[in-house]
Order: sequence, then structure tokens, then C-alpha cells
Amino acid sequence: MRIDGKGRVDRNRPVNFTFDGKAFGGFAGDTLASALMGADVRLVGRSFKYHRPRGVLTAGSEEPNALVTVRSGAAADPNTRATVQELYEGLEAVSQNRWPSLDFDVLGVNDLAAPFFGAGFYYKTFMWPKSFWEKLYEPMIRRAAGLGALSGKPNADRYEKAYAFCDVLVIGGGPAGLMAALTAARAGAEVILASEDCCFGGRLQAEDETVDGDPGATWATALAGELATMENVRLMPRTTVTGAYDGGTFGALERVAQHLADPGDAPIECFWRIAARRAVLCSGALERHIAFRDNDRPGVMMAGALRAYLNRWGVAPGRRVVVFGNNDDAHRTARDMHLAGLEVVALVDSRHDAENMAGDVPFYPGWQVARAHGAKGLEAVDLIGPQGALKRVQADALGVSGGWNPAVSLTCHLNGRPVWDDRIAGFVPREDAVPGMTVAGAARGTFATLACLREGAEAGREAAQALGFSGELPVIPVAEDEAYHVRRLWAVPGKGRAWLDFQNDVTVKDVKQAARENYRSVEHMKRYTTQGMATDQGKSSNVQALAILADATGRDLPETGTTTFRPPYVPVSIAAMGAGSQGKGFAPQRFTTSHEASVARGAPMVEAGLWYRPSYFPQPGEKTWREACDREVKMVRESVGICDVSTLGKIDLQGRDVGAFLDFVYTNTFSTLKPGRVRYGLMLREDGHVMDDGTTARLTENQWVMTTTTAAAGEVMKHLDWVRQAYCGAMDVRFISVTEQWAQFAVAGPKSRELLNGLLDHPIDDGSFPFMQCGPVSIGGLAARLFRISFSGEHAYEIAVPARYGASLFEVLLGRAETLGGGPYGMEALNVLRIEKGHITHAEIHGRTTAFDIGFARMVSARKDCIGKALAARPGMVEDDREQLVGLRPVTTGRELTAGAHLFDKGAEAVRVNDLGYITSVGFSPSLGTFLGLGFLRNGRARHGEEIRMVDHVRGIEETCIVTDPVAFDEDGGRLRG
Amino acid sequence: MRLTCPICGDRDRREFYYQGDAAMLARPDPAAPVQDWADWLHLRDNPAGRTRELWYHEAGCTSWLMVERDTVTHEVFSVDLVERVDAD
Amino acid sequence: MVDLTALTPCSGLLPLRKGTVTLSELDPGRITSLMPFGGQRAALSAALERAHGLGFPAPGRVTQTEGATCLWTARDQAFLMGPDPDPALADHAAMTDQSDAWAVVLLAGEDTEDVLARLVPIDLRPAAFPEGSAARTLCQHMTVSISRRAEGLQIMCFRSMARTLAHEIADVMASVAGRRAAG
Repeated sequence: MRIDGKGRVDRNRPVNFTFDGKAFGGFAGDTLASALMGADVRLVGRSFKYHRPRGVLTAGSEEPNALVTVRSGAAADPNTRATVQELYEGLEAVSQNRWPSLDFDVLGVNDLAAPFFGAGFYYKTFMWPKSFWEKLYEPMIRRAAGLGALSGKPNADRYEKAYAFCDVLVIGGGPAGLMAALTAARAGAEVILASEDCCFGGRLQAEDETVDGDPGATWATALAGELATMENVRLMPRTTVTGAYDGGTFGALERVAQHLADPGDAPIECFWRIAARRAVLCSGALERHIAFRDNDRPGVMMAGALRAYLNRWGVAPGRRVVVFGNNDDAHRTARDMHLAGLEVVALVDSRHDAENMAGDVPFYPGWQVARAHGAKGLEAVDLIGPQGALKRVQADALGVSGGWNPAVSLTCHLNGRPVWDDRIAGFVPREDAVPGMTVAGAARGTFATLACLREGAEAGREAAQALGFSGELPVIPVAEDEAYHVRRLWAVPGKGRAWLDFQNDVTVKDVKQAARENYRSVEHMKRYTTQGMATDQGKSSNVQALAILADATGRDLPETGTTTFRPPYVPVSIAAMGAGSQGKGFAPQRFTTSHEASVARGAPMVEAGLWYRPSYFPQPGEKTWREACDREVKMVRESVGICDVSTLGKIDLQGRDVGAFLDFVYTNTFSTLKPGRVRYGLMLREDGHVMDDGTTARLTENQWVMTTTTAAAGEVMKHLDWVRQAYCGAMDVRFISVTEQWAQFAVAGPKSRELLNGLLDHPIDDGSFPFMQCGPVSIGGLAARLFRISFSGEHAYEIAVPARYGASLFEVLLGRAETLGGGPYGMEALNVLRIEKGHITHAEIHGRTTAFDIGFARMVSARKDCIGKALAARPGMVEDDREQLVGLRPVTTGRELTAGAHLFDKGAEAVRVNDLGYITSVGFSPSLGTFLGLGFLRNGRARHGEEIRMVDHVRGIEETCIVTDPVAFDEDGGRLRG
Repeated sequence: MRLTCPICGDRDRREFYYQGDAAMLARPDPAAPVQDWADWLHLRDNPAGRTRELWYHEAGCTSWLMVERDTVTHEVFSVDLVERVDAD
Repeated sequence: MVDLTALTPCSGLLPLRKGTVTLSELDPGRITSLMPFGGQRAALSAALERAHGLGFPAPGRVTQTEGATCLWTARDQAFLMGPDPDPALADHAAMTDQSDAWAVVLLAGEDTEDVLARLVPIDLRPAAFPEGSAARTLCQHMTVSISRRAEGLQIMCFRSMARTLAHEIADVMASVAGRRAAG
């Protein structure tokens, strides 16, 4: 209900919304929770396990009960806390975890079966038979339990992540935070002030008290206004700092557009990574509950929340109010409710010596609340007196305060443990738990407003001073300075279920049972009972649970300790953390200069690392990729083919010592290479396995160009940097990637020279350009580079031009090729061509093969050291029974080989112990009219000519193969020299 | 986590690539017994406390760095260049 | 004779304008990487000064003169941008032509720093990154060079990634403009 004359919502601006399809009205400034309360909706959700009816418990992000799904369709956002969700026109919210309706929930029967569902129920019950778990138990439990569900549709909403930097990060916009920000900012520090609330003031927004003679909320708003005008201050409302990380880094979640009917292009949320040189934590305190029978009935709330709803939003869950507490703060709730004209039927204080500070209300010192009545809404409360006297009072609202816990979470994210403080009967942060972060105000157990203001200012000054900024303390405003007294009370003894963790349905009995079953460590108790493991992380119940465990195990609270606080402090949506990384944002896409032309010719593009390369170039009438591939292979073997090879890594090396450096990173010798010549090289890792291969050209005496495979280009660059910086500091070598500078095309086939000589400004011949020659050429007056190298085994070249001319050169090359009966070829044909020639790729040098395995042992020079040499020679690395590279072809021509298949002796059972190797690459060779494979076979080089059995267990294919030399086509290499 | 690159300054950990223990710097003599090589490559202590590690400023200046830090407190004591000699 | 035509890395992609910010392609002229050989940095700087009127930049800096810029790009590495390099520089430094290797774009307008704060993990606000500053860092998943010019922030990424760069920046430009529109 709305309370006349109370609250700061704008009653001139009504806002319409729906809850479970029913229309309601609220006001601008309402949260969904306050609007529902204003509309007399008390039942807002069902609990996780027992489907108990639940109402709003708190007025903040710690809310365990009032979780709803906001928006609909793909934009549906489940598990939104109604206490945080600001109302907007047309807001749609639906309740969760109930069927068929919130009011009548079939699975409410779980509640009747509760005696069976105690702590460890799932662990004990669903263990046997084992096979039932996956098929029966888990699906059943998953359907019954749970919170809201995702829509299952792709969400088109925009999310964001961002970086921010500051001198001083102030976490929390309450009185301490405001003063810390003001003081640090006035001293000249760059300040970020993050407030979880949509406005500033923190608890001042919820209280009826004055600061400097103004209402606290007014004072806070004015100060935030002043801060907003300062250039070195950045105010971040609606931003919860969720984690403290190493090196002064903080995670924070900003709710950017969750409160807007139409976000437009604004992100729903933004996940911030804030690097702060200093931080001041002013995160306030959270009220805790007291466990008593049925203390979870809708209408039972935290006393501070009851007061907040009254003072800030002008609403209450009922007219007849009971307040129950063990501390002075509860009296304020009774006082404010009374002054607002509500009927406070009892102020119950468990402390027998407490004095009434609430004014003219029925006062019960030394009494406790033993039980709440009313299933879907509070109807009455049982009070129990010091001598066991019982009294039932009719009430529809009950505010409970078990004391206030400083919000210490962030101080524990770097392994800090809070310390027990008997003064407030709660845990307070350990000093310096997070390097560079100090704590002020209620977060360190200081509850009076005046003291919070002062501590905040002092912490702000200290943070600024630590960074070399000096400033005066501002005048501390006149504010309330009430003492706070509390006496421990965790649970009221009695029969029935007394609730601790509302979100996971954990009772006092569950915790005691855990202790009885010897789950005595808090961490074990937590996991056994699931106490504190729900989305609210047990913010309003953990300390009571620890206290009950401590009592049950005969220990004191400090000795029992706390569970570990971990980030995030509030739930963070995956969408926010992964913002920008969906779809095309997942990884950069790299495109060659010939990309558009390849796409225009209908080539399906395939990913090669981050690059996109054409798979094949279909011609009219070709029905399968194989037809196109076969044609392209033949084309290269018979006339000429063009292929963009720009994706291969190209590294320019210069300096006096490049030869020596290459000798060290390659297994073979490069220092003897003459200018104008190219050599194939093999690179090992230190463990002796092959890292990469490629050709390196010596352009001039002191300039070289290394090529790497497409996939390993980055890895090789990192490796070269490592080798040079770690081991070769004395060498004069400089290198840089030139991959992107050059568009490079393979021109391969018997007509390749004919094609080139039609383009180059000066023709070439075998004399000027023999196999493995390189040099500068000129094309249309443009300086280009030509390399006579071949991956296809044909007479072939690679021509490189500055990338801006790549697209143009590709078209020219294709035009010329087509007049010679040739054309473009794609990755499929490239693969077949190299398999025919037994050339390796990363399918073969996959990280577990050595130079010996691939038959290149002779390439490891005996005359020099190189990376990987020592360990390539260790025992086991050069044994005959290692799996060695071989060629394979089916005995029956036309039969298919498959990559990934394993090799077995004929007659041997195809099981692991008989495994002799595997196939790495296969392709159909149109040149030889058969499938060809490359693979690794134990002692394979000695088995050429033998028959071996290929078994593909995955695809269910078996074939008898002949073991051959890896080179299947043009064994003497006559074609590439011709 | 943040590291202060001696060349680029204070940077987010995203810019760095983590390699492993700095023992890799002490590459054995080519003539050393193969057991020494295997130990050097494979055997690592796993201390709770101070470690010397190799990091690569991959998305920065491309320097290899030696970082001394504590694996328990995460305190970073120093960040040095693996190759201290510059071009000047 | 063959007549090859040139395409810029961002042709067909830019310019883009959203909210207060514009992303456009720059023509950097000739780009030459300079990596001083051992002990040659001072000599290279002097040779640069003689030939082009600017020195070799310190890490994280840009040196500039009329028509020429020298941009720090990595350890012992800088890019001379604009003029054809004096061949004599080769006595002191390894040089490569990088003119075609980079997409060079300019992000300008009031919200420039806010836009890049969504992609780049370093502080690019003018106080922390004034004119004359240069950095190698990340832009989302890509490594980039960022430097401040009088007109705005210059961003360079590999030519092959131009499309991704334009996509990433356009995406966050829309987001920042959306925040403005939402108030």
C-alpha cells in the first residue's frame, strides 16, 4: 500500500507495468519491488527447492526472494532482482519457478515432503543405481529446481565492456563514499565514484534524518551534483563494483539501460575493468535476518528494508506492523512506521535490558518472535516472553533485524579473511586486505552517519595523499551520531523450520544436521547444505549459519571463521562479460587482397587460422567439390594455376649475423646460402619436435625473407623474439613481419614461365631463374619479388607485389592463366598437389613428430648447435620403432582412405595395443587415379611395399593399403626443375 | 593483474603472454649430458612464494620480460627485460 | 605493359560517422620501418635529423616535422611515415617498406576516447595520452599502434584486418552514441 505523505517517488508521474500479465501502476522513482508493494502484491516468487511462497525481503541487490523475469521474447532477462529493477513505462515482469501459476504451484508439494529433503538429500538419494543419474535423476531435478530460464533465442540486445582509469576509486555512493570522493577530488586526484543505486546517498535515501539541516537524501543529491561539475570526477551511478583483482584492477557492472523502456543503441549493461591506483571501499552494511519458525512468509522483511520502503518509496507491505530485533537500529523502523501513521502492534527486542527508542509503541523487551503465520502472506506473529509466555498478535508486516554485517566481500577477494568484532557482532575487514584499498564507514562497522562522513573524508584524504596530492579535510556536516548496540541472536529455539538461506531453502536444522554428519568446516557445511551458494551468495544469512554451526560444533565464531568471499559481488551476466565477442567480434577476420575476386567466382571460403582462403573455384556443371578439385589439380599439372599464398608468414631479417641466427633457429645451415637463393628450412622446438617449416630467401648479402606456415606465423615470430632476446643478445639481427606488405601468388604449372614472361617487364629463363632462385623483378614498372619455389611439385613461382596492387595483380594473373588453359586453384587442390608430392603441413608436423619421424633427420646439421638439437637426440627420439612418415594408397584402386584412421597389421585385431600408426592427410589424386594418404607408421620406412590395414573406427571404414614412399608423384623432381 | 613493462609502462595483463619459469634462460651447453637438457626443459619447482617467470609483451613492444612475483600474494616485485642491452 | 591499380586497405569501408565521432581512412604516404642496428640508435637519430628533420622517437613517442612523422612501434623499432627514406639510413638501421602493410585510420570527435575505452585497455584520455604519444596495445583482439594527432587518434592495424577494425569501432561507436541518446 502507498502511505500518504511518505516517500520520494514522483506521484505526479504514474508508470504502468504488468506482473504475470496483470496490469499495475506505480510511480517514477519506484523499483519494481516498491511498485508491487504499493499495489499490495505480497507474493512475488517461489523458493528454489520447496517452492515456498515468498515476498520481498530486502531493498537492495542482496535480495534472495524477489527474482523475476523482465522483458519478453529474446530480450527476456531472468533472475532480475525486483528490488534493483527500476520501473519504466510498460515494464513486463513475470514470476519464476512456479507452475501453473505463482498462486497455485504444483511443486509446492515439495514443501510437504520436506522431511525427506534435508541437507545432503540429493547426495544420498540419487547415488544409486548409477545409470539413473544421467537419464532420470538429473533431468527430473533440473525440471523441478531452478530459477528463471533463458529464452533460448539469440539476444539482439547490446552489451558493452569498457576500461576506465583513475587515481582513486570510491566504491559506494553513501555518506562515506561521497565524502571520500569529495576530499580526494578537491585534493586534485582523479576520482571515480561508483554507486550501485541509481542515485547517490546510500542509506541516506532510506532514512528520515538530516545532514547539515537538510533531509539526508537532499544533501546527498546536492553533493553529487557538485561532484558532477568537477572535471576530475566521474560519477558512475547504477554501477556495482563486483570484484577486486590484482594490481589495483576492479570489475564493475553498470546497468546502463535496464531501466529504459526502449534502450535504442544504448547497452543494457556494461562490464567495466577499472584500474585504480588507490581505492576506498564504502560499500556499507547489509542487515541480517533472525531464524525462527516460518520466518520466510511474505510480509516478513528486514527491518531496515521496511523502513526504506516507507521513507524512500512511501509503501508498506501492511498496516499492522511488528518489529523484531536484537539491536537499536530496529527501533528506528518502529519509530518511522509509527510516525507515518501505521499501527506498530509490537516492538520486540530480544535484549531484556533494552530501552524503547521508538516512541509510543507497545514494547516487548526480552521477548522474541517464535513463529510467523499465514501461507501466502503474513497474518499473525507468535511472541514468546522471557519466561516462556506466549502471545499471538495479528500483523501483516514484520520487520526483523538481527544486526548489520559490514559488506566486506571485496576486501576478501585477494585472500583476505575478515575478523570478528564483538562490538557489532559481525565480521569487519582486515586492514590492508587488498593492497591500496582502505575501508570507511559502515563497511568497517562504523554505523552512525556523522562518523561515516568523517571516516569517508579521512579515507579520501589518505588515498589522495598516498598519491602525492595534498588537501584539507572538508568541514564535516552536522549529522546524526547515534550509538549502535547489538546483542547476538541468531535463531529463536523452537519446533518447525526456521529459515536461513531463503534462496536455497536452507534451515537451521540443515546446518545442525551437517555438523552432526561431521561437515564441521564452514566450507564443508556450505557445500553440503548449499548455504550461501545461490545468486545472493547468502548475503542476509551467512553469518547466522556460521553462528549456528559454531554453536553446534562447540566453537566460537571467530574460530569457526567464514566461507570464502569470491567475485562477483552481485551476479554479472555473461552477455556483459563477453560483450563484443559474439559473431564477428569473436576473433579478427583476416582477408587477402584476392578475397572479393575469389568470392565473386563462387569460391567457398574456409578459415585457415584467422585467414579466409578459397576452398575451390566451381565451374558451371560441376556438381561436387571433388570435381572442381580434380580439375584444378589437373590444371596445375598440365597448364598453370594461380593461388593466393599471401597468408604465409613473411619475416624480413637484416643484419650482419642473420646467417648465424638462422643456423641457430633452423636445423640446417643457412649461413652458406648465396644471395639470390632460397633454401627450405626446418625449425624445432627445444624438446626436439618440429615447430614449423618453410623457405628462407637470401635477397641480398644482409637481407633475408623467411616464410612460415600460415598457422604458425605468430608462433614463429614469438619464438624468434625469444631466441634473439634470450640467447642471441650479442648478434646483430633485426627482424620484422612483412606478411601484410606483400600480396604473393603462386603461379604453378608447366606454363607458369610462359605466363610470367607475358607479364614481367623483362623475361626470365632457366639461366636467370633456376629452381630455388629469388630476385627482384619489375611488372608494369612496379618493383616486385619473384621466388622460384614449388609446393605443388610443378615448375612454379611465387610473385610478390605491394599489397595495394594485390587485387589487381590477381585479376591479371587469372586473365593470363585462363588464356593458357589455366585458372585459380583453391585449398583442396593445393592439398592434393602436396600430398601427391609427399610435402608436409601441420597435419604432419602436429607437435608430436620429430625430424627423424618425417624422414628429415639428415637436415639436422651435425656441425652446429640449434634449437631442439640436443633433445631431438635423446633416447627414444630416434628409434626405428617410432612412427615414421609414409605414403599410403589403397590396394584396390578407387577405394577411399580417411584421415584419422589408424593402422594395424593385417590379421591383427584393430585395438589400441595393436595400433601401429595413423593417417594424417588424404586426397584423391587425379594424376594417379587413386586415393593417396600420408601417415605415420611404426618402423614405416622399412615397410615400403608391404600391405597394412587401415581402420577408421569413427566412420566405420576399413581398407587394405600399400605402404609407399611419401613422394607418390614425379619422384625424381624433374617437373619442378624442368 | 597488471605488469609494468620497462618499455611501455603499466599495462593490463591482456597484453602479455605467459611462458613459464625463468629457468629457460639458462640454456645448457650443447655438449652437456642429455639428462641435463631434459632436466632443464622439464623439471620445475612449483613454489608457493617468490618465482621468476617469463612473460612476453606480445601486444606491446614485443619484449620478453622476467617477472619476479609471489604466487601467494600476487605481489609483483620486479619486471625486467630479458635482453637488457638496447640498440644504443 | 601491365597496368596494376592500387586499392587502399579500407576502400569501401570508411568513412563512418555515428554520434559525435567519425572514423576515416588516412593516407600515411610511405611507411618505412627503422630498426637501429646494435649501438646505432644515436647515429640513426642523427641521420634522421639530417635527412628528414626529426629524431628517432623514444618508446611511446612520436617525433614530427612538416610532412614527416616517426612513430615508435616496438622495441628498437619505429616507422618513418610520409617521405621516401634517405637510403643512407640503411647504414644505421634495418629498413623495410611497410607502406602497404597497415590500415591507417583516424578516429575523431568529442567521444573518441569513450569509444576506444570500449576496445583498448590503456588510458587514451588527453591528459594520459597527449599529442606526441604512441602506444602498441590491443584493440579488442587485434594488436594495434595508436598515436595522438592534432585531429584525433590514429589507429593502425594489419591491412588484412581492416574490415574487423572498422566493424569493431563501428559497433562501439553505435553503443556510445546510444548512451548519449538515452541521456
